[in-house]
This record gives sequence, C-alpha cells and structure tokens, in this order.
Amino acid sequence: MGVLGDIGRRVHGAAAWFTQPLLPDDLLGTLNPLWSTSEPHARVVGLRRETADTTTLLLHTARARTPHRAGQFVGIGTRLDGVWQWRTYSVTSRPDDPRLAVTVTAVPGGTVSGALAHRTPVGALLRIGPPAGEFVLPDPVPEKLLFVTAGSGITPVMGILRELAATCPDALDGAVVVHCDHTPADLVFGSELRRLAATTGLRLVERHTAAEGRLSPDALADVVPDWAARQTWACGPAGLLDALAGHWDRYGDSDALHIERFVPPTPATDTGSGGRVVFTTSGITADAGPGVPLMVAGESAGALLPNGCRMGICHTCVGKLRSGGVCDLRTGEVHDTPGQTVRTCVSGAAGDVEIEL
Amino acid sequence: MPETPSAAAHLTDEQVEAIGAELDAIRAEVVGSLGERDAQYIHKVIAAQRGLEVAGRATLLFSLFPPAWLAGTAALSAAKILENMELGHNILHGQWDWMRDPKIHSTTWEWDHASPAESWKKSHNYEHHTFTNIRGKDRDLGYAIMRVTPEQEWKPVYLLQPIYNMGLAAIFEWGIALYDLEIEKAQEGTKPWSQVRKEARNLWRKARKQLAKDYVLFPLLSGPGFLSTVAANATASVVRNVWSHAVIFCGHFPDGTETFEEERLEGETKGQWYVRQMLGSANLSGGPLFHIMTGNLSHQIEHHLFPDIPSNRYAEIAPRVRDICERYGLPYTTGSLAKQYGTVLRKLARLAFPGGGPKAEVTPLPERPKLVGTPVRLAG
Ligand SMILES: Cc1cc2nc3c(=O)[nH]c(=O)nc-3n(C[C@H](O)[C@H](O)[C@H](O)COP(=O)(O)OP(=O)(O)OC[C@H]3O[C@@H](n4cnc5c(N)ncnc54)[C@H](O)[C@@H]3O)c2cc1C
Ligand code: FES
Repeated sequence: MGVLGDIGRRVHGAAAWFTQPLLPDDLLGTLNPLWSTSEPHARVVGLRRETADTTTLLLHTARARTPHRAGQFVGIGTRLDGVWQWRTYSVTSRPDDPRLAVTVTAVPGGTVSGALAHRTPVGALLRIGPPAGEFVLPDPVPEKLLFVTAGSGITPVMGILRELAATCPDALDGAVVVHCDHTPADLVFGSELRRLAATTGLRLVERHTAAEGRLSPDALADVVPDWAARQTWACGPAGLLDALAGHWDRYGDSDALHIERFVPPTPATDTGSGGRVVFTTSGITADAGPGVPLMVAGESAGALLPNGCRMGICHTCVGKLRSGGVCDLRTGEVHDTPGQTVRTCVSGAAGDVEIEL
Repeated sequence: MPETPSAAAHLTDEQVEAIGAELDAIRAEVVGSLGERDAQYIHKVIAAQRGLEVAGRATLLFSLFPPAWLAGTAALSAAKILENMELGHNILHGQWDWMRDPKIHSTTWEWDHASPAESWKKSHNYEHHTFTNIRGKDRDLGYAIMRVTPEQEWKPVYLLQPIYNMGLAAIFEWGIALYDLEIEKAQEGTKPWSQVRKEARNLWRKARKQLAKDYVLFPLLSGPGFLSTVAANATASVVRNVWSHAVIFCGHFPDGTETFEEERLEGETKGQWYVRQMLGSANLSGGPLFHIMTGNLSHQIEHHLFPDIPSNRYAEIAPRVRDICERYGLPYTTGSLAKQYGTVLRKLARLAFPGGGPKAEVTPLPERPKLVGTPVRLAG
C-alpha cells in the first residue's frame, strides 16, 4: 500500500500538470461520476420496499469505501430540481456486505426522504459521504443489551443486530429489542426481527402504538424490568428520546443510555430573530440583531471579512455554515444545512450561528 | 467639456423605481424557476468543453500532419473559448452556486486563464459590476490604458491606441492578468508595492503552470511534432484572446452606451442602479451557438442587470428587458458583432485624438414612444 500509494500520488501529481486548472479526478468524474475520488458517487443497484413508506436502497460504489462500523451513518446527496440536497442515513447493511444499504422512511412534507423512498429508480446516481457517528457497540460487546426503537429509528439498530447475528450471535442471547410503530404492517424490518428472535436468544417486544399507545419509560420498565442493569441503545422520535433520557437521568445511569437523534433539538429562537454569530476562522463572536447582516455584525465586532458589493451580487463574502441557521434577509428563507455557503452580506442570524470565515 | 445628456433624463423618480420593481419581479420569477433543466445545461456544457479539449489535445499529438493540426487547433480554440466564457466567467459570478455543487461553485472553480480566479472575482465581479461605467471607479473603462469616452482627459500616448489595442487583443488574457495587479494604483501611491509584489507572485505561480502545459508538456508529448504543437497551442490561445477581447469590448464601448460621473453613486437607489446598468451595456445579436460561444455576454445588458442569474436564461428574459426599455423610452443597444465592433474600433480611433465630445459623439437616440398607461404584456 505504502509504495503503491506513493507511486499513485506521483502519477496523479504528474497528470495534474496536464489537466490543470482541473484535476485528473475532474476528467474521470466527467466520464463516469463513480470514478471521482473527490466527490464519491454511488449508484442505486437495488430497491427493497420495506413498508408502505419505507424503502431500502442498495448502493454500489466503484471505489473501495471507508468501511463503516455497525450503527454508523453516511451522508447521501441527491440532486432534486437541480439542487444537491444532503441528508444523513444510518447504514443498515453489514460492513462486509458487497452493497451498502440505507433504509429511508418518507417523512410527510419532507424534501428528500420522499424522493429517495418513492422516486429514486434503480440506476440513479447519488453522492455519498464517509461513515461517521458514535452510535456503535463498544468492544467487547456488553453482556446485557437493550435496544429501544420507534419508526425509522430501527435503522441503526438493524445494522447492529445484523452484524451481531453474523459475527457474534452469542451477544444476542438475552438481548431485548423493543420496537414501536402504528400497526404490525408499519413495523420496519418486522419480519426479519421476528425471524431473528425465533432463531437466536433475542427477545423481541413489538409495540403497536395504534392499539397500545406510545411507549412511555414506565411501560418500558414494565416489559423490561431489568432495564437499569442493561446498556441501552435508543433511536426514534424526539419525544421518546427526551422521555428516556429524563428517565435514565432520574432513575438509572445516564452513561448506560446511548441515543441517536434524527432531528436536531428545536432551535431556541425564531426565524430571523438574530443571534450570536461566531466567525470560526477569525475567532470573533458578534451579536447580530434581527435583520442585521452577518457581515455588518462581524465588522462592528472588528472582524476583517471578505466583502465586495455588499448587496448580494459578487459572492466575495461567502463563508461556510458550520452550525445553526441563517435567514436570507431578502426572502426570509432560512438555511441551516451545515457546509452550505452563505453570503454574509445578505444573511441574518436565525438563532446562534457558526460560520467559517 | 459639455456633458452628453443622459438617455434617461426624461424619467421621473417614480418611473425609475417602477423599472426597478419590474426588473426585481423578473429576477424573482427566474430564480424561482431554476431547476433540473438548468443543471443539465451546465453539465452538458462542461462535458462538451472537456470533450473538445481532450479531443483537441489528442489530435495535436499528431500535429505534424496538417489536417490534424487544423482540426486539433480548431477544437482546442473552441474548448478554450467555452472554458473562459460560458464556464469560467459565469461560474465565478456565482451563477451556478444555487445548485450547491462543490464542483461547480464560485468559491472552488479555477479557470484556464492567466488571472487567478480570486483576483479576477475582485476586479471584475466587485469593481466592474458594482461601479459599471462610472468614470474613475470602473477600471474596465479603457482598462487603464485606453480612452473610450470623450470625458477622459486626452494624453499623447492615446494616439497609438488603435495599434496597441490590436496587440492587447492578441494577448488579452495576459493583459487582464497584469491589469488586475493595478500597477497604476501603486504608481499613484494608493496601493502598496508590497501588495503588488505578493499578487504578482500568485499570478506567476498560476501562469507558469499554464505556460508549462501549453508550451512544454503537451508539445513534448507530441515528440517530433513539438514545434507544430507549440504553434497550435499558441494559435488556439490567440484565437480565444481575440474573440473574448472583441466580445468584451462590445459590451460597454459601442456607440449608444453611456458613462457616468462618480457623484451619481451618492444615494443611488436600486432602480437607478438598474438604469445605469442598462444604459452602460450593449448586446450582440446572433444565434444560439453564437450566444454560447460568447458566454452569453452577447446578452451583456441582461448580464449586468442580473450578474448571478444563470447565463442560459438571459435569452429568454431579453425580450422582456427590451420591452421595458421600449415602454420607458430607454435605448436597448444591440447589433451584430461586426456592426458593434466596428463602432468600437471607430470610437477608439476617434478618441485617440483630443476632443471627441458630445457633438461628434452624439448618436440619435431611438424614437421614444409615449409611455403607455398599461404595460404591454409579451406573450408567455
Ligand atoms: C444520524 C442520523 C441518522 C439518520 N438515519 C436515518 C435513517 O436511517 N432513515 C431515515 O429515514 N432517516 C434517517 N435520518 C433522518 C434523515 O436524515 C432526514 O432528516 C429525513 O429523511 C427527513 O428528510 P427530508 O428532507 O424528507 O425532510 P426535511 O425537508 O429535512 O424536513 C421536513 C420536516 O420533517 C421533520 N423531520 C425530519 N426527519 C424526521 C423524522 N425522522 N421523523 C419525523 N419528522 C422528521 C423535520 O424536522 C422538518 O420539520 C437520520 C438522521 C440523522 C441525523
Ligand atoms: S459582498 Fe457581495 S455578495 Fe456579499
């Protein structure tokens, strides 16, 4: 690898003299997006309908990808109406599977999930980011395991269960999965979980919320009396996770509860309300009042910010959004995708913001 | 020296703001309708440009064979023109930033041009597009070496401008790169020489790679065809330079375009800004391929009104902009490349000599229709 990698880098460096100002990668990517190393792509090679609103996408990547650990997620980019949209999805396939799988539930009114779950054909090209996330089992695997999931929150747990079933089925012996959805038909991976429970020592508790109501921490304690003695991995709607976290804080060991959230906690402030802006490169923090451009706020706090026309035309003033949301002062539109570029001269703060400038 | 009366002198403040509101509405409509069709367009242009470049360079490996020399040079010229005009210029304006594609973005794009993208964005996107045709502020008026409006004070060196303009056309890309260094500002003392030196080093870092690629590496690959490939690459660069020089000079210097006093900037409203952009720019007429090869700078008026709207949309909004001009009695300067370039060359020749003020300069303004009560709606 070392020598080959070194040779590869030199060849690449030499080729770049012939392709500049492009990189060889740009030409390869034009020929076949799957060959691009700087913008890795994946092709949808299979679709599996899990329930009425949930679909598993099987993805082929041409290049060796960084292996994920069970429970981690990847970024998936898709071009909708010409615009690249990125969302995160937990990997449901095993690290050794030839195809990477993500399982997407269409969220009503959602921009991306409906398109991925219902309108992405076999052959479609997606972009794919490297695996990340801490929602993984430690090594060695804890003896007593509990998984609490609801709806699409089963996905990272399914990745973990499949990996355990293949590599250390003993760990499933005595483990408990509590999985909730409206009806038996809605239960994502329902039949696979039932099969797993039938063939291993795994105990599956299905909760059909249409009939039995939502899962509360007390109801959980009823079905899993030794919950406090277990290491628990939980993923699902914010309400459930908040309730579990509160319960573990009060009555259990909060270090034993591992949570994966699909939706960020609700922002503290309203749209365009202004907020605190951190310019991470210059290390300056400023307060931007409602309707005040980030640029103006930064400059009055002494930041030296790139700027040009100061009216949204020249794109001299762009910075990358690291966290938080900004409000386009001209349209009122809110942008909060991390990594998105923001024109500081025409953007205000929608709550607290960190921007790379 | 008497001022040429502005072609917008008859407009009331309300009318100027009404024009601004109409243009804002066009802008909102186009921005709201951007989508997959536009994304496919830019991807197609990128693929075509890369295809032409690879084909041209590959053909020139056999540049000793005259038909290969011709075909390769033609393909490479077309590739270089597309790369600078429809891709580089427009992407660096942020026209495609809405796609959020890190590969096609004003902050990541680098072009096959001597001037590094970063310095060009400052001199062009900011200085030229904000201060369009403001004498003393818009350095693109004459590129610091030419007299393009009679209000510029005459100097003896201008006697030679018809000649050195031809030289500039041949090396236009290098002219722009040097001009971006703003050496004349350092001579005046308004810019530190250390800054000029730093920018010059950046320029050289980029430029030497360009030079190495065109005049050393690819020629070496051609083996015995070394010299004929050098000649082919030089020819393609000159073709690109002469073409872009012609298109760009036709954008603001033909008869019918206005320049403005610096005072005009004080308290300028959005509506007044729009009107200044329309009066200071001129279009070129032609077919779809012609528009693409000019980087749609043939729609210079639309480009100056909406510099960050994707270039493929200028053609469809042009009739609406023209309609606004007609309804408000403003000139909408346009014509064929030959005609417009002719008036530019004539002007450069006339202004090489002292004078050239309004009398000789004044061009009959287009007939001004009375303002109609209800705006005429175009179909569609
Ligand atoms: C670490 C991580 C892993 C994830 N893994 C998966 C996965 O494996 N499968 C999967 O389907 N999704 C997963 N998600 C959620 C996914 O990233 C998207 O948020 C989701 O698909 C909705 O995107 P959208 O564009 O359709 O909705 P948007 O247009 O972004 O949002 C529309 C509205 O729906 C709300 N919303 C977003 N997600 C949900 C949700 N899950 N349930 C209810 N309301 C929601 C938003 O708050 C917003 O109000 C994961 C998220 C994270 C952070
Ligand atoms: S300063 Fe020009 S877009 Fe922000």
